[in-house]
Amino acid sequence: MASNWFRFAAPASFYPLAGRLIPVFWILTGVCLLVGLYWGFFQTPDQLGGSNAQKEYYRIIFIHVPAAWMSMWLYVVMVCWAAIGLVFNTRLSFMMANAVAPTGAIFTFLALWTGAFWGRPSWGTYWDWDPRLTTELILFFMYIGYIALHSAIDDTRRADRAAALLAIVGLVMVPLIFWSVNCPDPNQCAALHQRSNLTQIEGNILFSMLAVTFGFWMYSFATTLMRLRSIILTREADNTWVQELLVKGGRA
Amino acid sequence: MKARQKRLVFVGLAIVGVGAASALALSALNSNISYFFSPSQVMASEAPAEHVFRLGGLVTPGTVARQEDGLTVKFDVTDNAETVTVAYTGILPDLFSEGQGVVTKGRLGADGVFYAEEVLAKHDEEYMPPEVADTLQTAHVEGIVESMGARGASN
Repeated sequence: MASNWFRFAAPASFYPLAGRLIPVFWILTGVCLLVGLYWGFFQTPDQLGGSNAQKEYYRIIFIHVPAAWMSMWLYVVMVCWAAIGLVFNTRLSFMMANAVAPTGAIFTFLALWTGAFWGRPSWGTYWDWDPRLTTELILFFMYIGYIALHSAIDDTRRADRAAALLAIVGLVMVPLIFWSVNCPDPNQCAALHQRSNLTQIEGNILFSMLAVTFGFWMYSFATTLMRLRSIILTREADNTWVQELLVKGGRA
Repeated sequence: MKARQKRLVFVGLAIVGVGAASALALSALNSNISYFFSPSQVMASEAPAEHVFRLGGLVTPGTVARQEDGLTVKFDVTDNAETVTVAYTGILPDLFSEGQGVVTKGRLGADGVFYAEEVLAKHDEEYMPPEVADTLQTAHVEGIVESMGARGASN
């Protein structure tokens, strides 16, 4: 029963495994997003009270917060793969980091964009150079920089290592984003953006947020694996197993 | 194996370095970068006199008054220590109300009135339906007062 998990570190054996996993992740994505959005739109209060008396527009939270979370988590995931690649020189790790980057960039953009449309009705502005908003924008540039640097270098192995280093340096932004509003002493971090505190959110709102977050995770797995498969095919195009695969598929 | 360990140390050091940079940036963010000035700081002339800056605080209840032109609104912003009067011509955000936090951007006039070009409403991190929120209201107001008011006191 001692199956060796490391064999999946080889692109040739990971490729078919990813192919089998992708449909599962897509189904989970669909289910979670449907449940989360249905619950968010129909099972939550129409408006908020207290000192945060937002009306229907607060429902942007169901996309905004999960997207913002994903933007930070995916960056950490990307850096982990990049660091593993640098240390162990495994081809698949670099490919993994490459495959995560576009999804992370999309979520960062989504967080900024939905934030703008939420900020207009609630705060009164689309954008402000608040510490939280500014650091999130820089994270977006880090993703773009990673993708751009990688595609600017022709030699794939050099591109992998250079981009991985840039990714690690960019990791500096993730704690900054989190603590830009959640610093230990609230009096020290003046910001327009509210702090985050999951215990202050009503159960139904929290449930929808978490369901959408889970859906976004599944979406990230699905898209990353799809991207990974095409990266594997491109990079291993000269290998026999890819040639055989193409012959079998009748595309050679 | 030797080369791999070297790379591991190298990547480990890089991550530690990045962590240190992050910590330094955070402490800089805490002590140097003032996103907004509190009324106490403005009264102590810590805010730039000839420049646009942000003033943050709570709208004092009972002070919001529309001027005769029908467009200009005047209200007091306080940090529970000092108070600055703000004049603003334009549309106020939905969440603007008495007792709530605001961040305004503008210049301090010679008459001591802060002429705002922009008024932004600040809200807290609580997402509760109105009936639940009402029961917690008292606790909250105290929370905001602490978070916005103590800025001035600590400076």
